[in-house]
Amino acid sequence: MKNLKADFPIFKIRPDLVYLDNSATSQKPKVVIDAVSNFYKSNNSNIHRGIYGLSQHATELFENTRKSIAEFIGTQTSQEIIFTSGTTESVNLVAVGYARKYLKEGDIIVLSEMEHHSNIVPWLMLREKGIQVVFIPINKEGELDYKNFKVDYKKIKLIALTHVSNVLGTINPIKEIVSFFKQNGSNAKVLVDAAQSIPHLKINVKDLDCDFLVFSSHKMLGPTGVGVLWAKRELLEKIDPLVFGSHMIERVTKEKATWTAIPDKFEAGTRNIEGVIGLGAAIDYLLNIGLETIEKYESSLTEYALSKFKNLEGIKLFGPTDSKNRLGVFSFAIGDIHPHDVAEILNRENIAVRSGHHCAQVLMDCLGVTATTRASLYFYNTESDIDKLIEGLVKVKEIFNI
Amino acid sequence: MRKQSLWIAALLSVARNDKINMEDPLYREIILDNWENPQNYGVIKNADFDLTENNPLCGDEIRLTGKIQDGKLGEIAFVSSGCAISKASASIFTEKIKSLEISKIKKFIPIDVLEELGITLTPARTKCALLIYVAVKKGINK
Repeated sequence: MKNLKADFPIFKIRPDLVYLDNSATSQKPKVVIDAVSNFYKSNNSNIHRGIYGLSQHATELFENTRKSIAEFIGTQTSQEIIFTSGTTESVNLVAVGYARKYLKEGDIIVLSEMEHHSNIVPWLMLREKGIQVVFIPINKEGELDYKNFKVDYKKIKLIALTHVSNVLGTINPIKEIVSFFKQNGSNAKVLVDAAQSIPHLKINVKDLDCDFLVFSSHKMLGPTGVGVLWAKRELLEKIDPLVFGSHMIERVTKEKATWTAIPDKFEAGTRNIEGVIGLGAAIDYLLNIGLETIEKYESSLTEYALSKFKNLEGIKLFGPTDSKNRLGVFSFAIGDIHPHDVAEILNRENIAVRSGHHCAQVLMDCLGVTATTRASLYFYNTESDIDKLIEGLVKVKEIFNI
Repeated sequence: MRKQSLWIAALLSVARNDKINMEDPLYREIILDNWENPQNYGVIKNADFDLTENNPLCGDEIRLTGKIQDGKLGEIAFVSSGCAISKASASIFTEKIKSLEISKIKKFIPIDVLEELGITLTPARTKCALLIYVAVKKGINK
């Protein structure tokens, strides 16, 4: 795969930047930035209900992204694509609009120990209803140990799992896990948090055999402030909206309001129009490269990074150690140096990594640490970026005498 | 509420101060020495104050214990889990205030803590350095 850094203006403006914080957010290619700015320059108007041509054109651009996303994740029904503000809001919508409404006292929600807070906290809020929240443990390799996980399978009503860990890089075998629970008598609905996987892997909701899929635009080259919830039409029709107000109504009187059809029912107020249009451009860009190409390149880059980490003494890498079934997300510890100190020293070498608990404190507890340093790759990274990271880590070791 | 306001006041007072123009590099000897061999590290028994202050942003945590005798800070000790900046800052600041009159300690402002460290810090790291300051303020006001 050819080096695509030239497609990203930030690398031209900051040629020394070694950007390794892609799990937090991706950089934006020029086509996405242009799509957003062109919208404001040429097509700005509010969407829906406008009679004039400009508004109709804006609506068309906005709705085109809905179609692109539907196709991108393997569904024919674009009404099944709901625009939210991000993965967090998407999970909240399911937790409040679906789980709070349909789950009862004693029902079980299954999560895993490697979930992001956005896929833990909304479910914890349901404990006040007497709903149990349980966590599939991780093993030493950083994989989900679901087969040894004892739970009253029949009571499981919802399984909400991350497709890829934002800390360990583990790709979870969602299909196998779900079919294991179903074989044991659960008829649970399944939510897949694809925030970390959809930028890197081909996703097909039919293959995944899930009921809900949630993800964010900004981790897949698109603008921030846009997320997606996908669910099957029948399910979406049963779910209550999370936000109420304009656009989502059928009829409003002084006494009551009735909801309009999906997807509008869930999209109250004015959506992030330019953000959605930018996401459309991001998807076109990704499709143009090809997810298979991205996957293959990133896999070889991951292998390269793993081999470098292995040769670096004093570094403890968390998560799977071989490049199969994992993405290029590397969390590590260097002696007892705090990750903030590691990140600070790397920052002085223009290397951007993240340090902290990565919104995964449950996982940090399991790993027995309060924080880790994390480097995460995307397809525009190169072997040279990894070499610079390793050089930076050598410097950290020197400064702290490790 | 109180916890928030102390932090905000501390950070604002630093942000407003333009006197800081200190030398790089960040990890000077003073920081590394105090990180490796912190002063006043431990827990005091039968302390007059014993509190834990943390920085939820990065998980830095300091437990501070101290004894107040005749209006003075008789003994002070801390244990911490956190970054080099927070540990070094705690070591240096506790060393500075040990045996001082409480009334004098109360007059210290956040910038004094940063000046002791002698480094330039980004806003995120300023919080690490000031963890000990906030803990001390709370301790002596108890």
